Amino acid sequence: MHETDMTKALIMTVKDWYSSQSEGLKIDKIHLVVGKFTCVEPVSLQFAFEVQTRNTFLEGVELAIRDIPLIAFCHSCQQEYQPEIGLQYSCPDCKSPMDDIRSGRELKIDRIEYSAIANSVT
Amino acid sequence: MHQTFDAAIELNLLHANQEGADHNRERFDLWGITCLNIMSSPGAGKTVLLEQTLAGLKDKFKMVVIEGDMTTELDADRLRKYNVPVIPINTGRSCHLDSKMVAGGIHTLQHQYNPNDFDLMFVENVGNLVCPAEFEVGEHAKVALLSVTEGEDKPLKYPVMFQEADCLLITKTDLAPYLDVDLDRIADNVRQMNKDVTIIYLSGKTGEGLQEWFNWVSDRISFTQINQLAIQV
Repeated sequence: MHETDMTKALIMTVKDWYSSQSEGLKIDKIHLVVGKFTCVEPVSLQFAFEVQTRNTFLEGVELAIRDIPLIAFCHSCQQEYQPEIGLQYSCPDCKSPMDDIRSGRELKIDRIEYSAIANSVT
Repeated sequence: MHQTFDAAIELNLLHANQEGADHNRERFDLWGITCLNIMSSPGAGKTVLLEQTLAGLKDKFKMVVIEGDMTTELDADRLRKYNVPVIPINTGRSCHLDSKMVAGGIHTLQHQYNPNDFDLMFVENVGNLVCPAEFEVGEHAKVALLSVTEGEDKPLKYPVMFQEADCLLITKTDLAPYLDVDLDRIADNVRQMNKDVTIIYLSGKTGEGLQEWFNWVSDRISFTQINQLAIQV
């Protein structure tokens, strides 16, 4: 269950960002991008995030996870294809090994939505 | 007054681990150590492999082992019999080693030994085909083991591990005659996602493939050392 560690890394990164901001801001939503060809299970990540953020500044913050499909490029056929994870990774047409992964290895924090609590002079 | 904003972050979740791994590798390069990350499911034969390698290469290389184990020192005790430093790391609830844990091992190495004395470091990862594949520890190459009893489909089911491996050892080949397993199928399945991997058929019982494995390790050390010299110059 390494989603726990991934979540810890996520929280640390967000915390760094949060503390670099000027005051009066509330995080609403964190957008993650998770490729299908990683060892991360979005459901477990959601669960770990909910548990680990209890009683912290991130409690109740929504975690939006966007799945990215595994897409490989076959150099012999000069075309992209979608390998079937668990079944077939080589090119369906010419059977060349999966060599050039174009997407599916992503594991990143894309962006953070937040609201500014205006402390201001209007 | 309530306004919403959006900040682009675009940071990898494993960013901190990756930085730690790069830092570990810099240390190894400075000391002229080649680091191999040994990974497999539990019971595929990592510790036996290390026992036989420590015995077989003892006159050729100065070796050190970082031993990842969830709660015990059983494996570390087995390897200490070969008179090499074995630095145990209990990972606790974590099912893989990360670069920070290995940095702790490096710290011990530095304080108890002279790191310049060593040529080769084995990091025996926690038995698991999933998580260790995502967490680099600073290795120069990844070695994966798959025993013939695990089935031909495992590379298809745990692709990240087998896609990342530089060397795959198909172990316990002496058992193959008793099983309905097609060794070529295992190799073909791995090559579907990793065309460059070196595949060695190995049996700890009969010694099949052991010399080939030693040769691979020696070649890998020479290869790393050439790059390390280039860095040091």
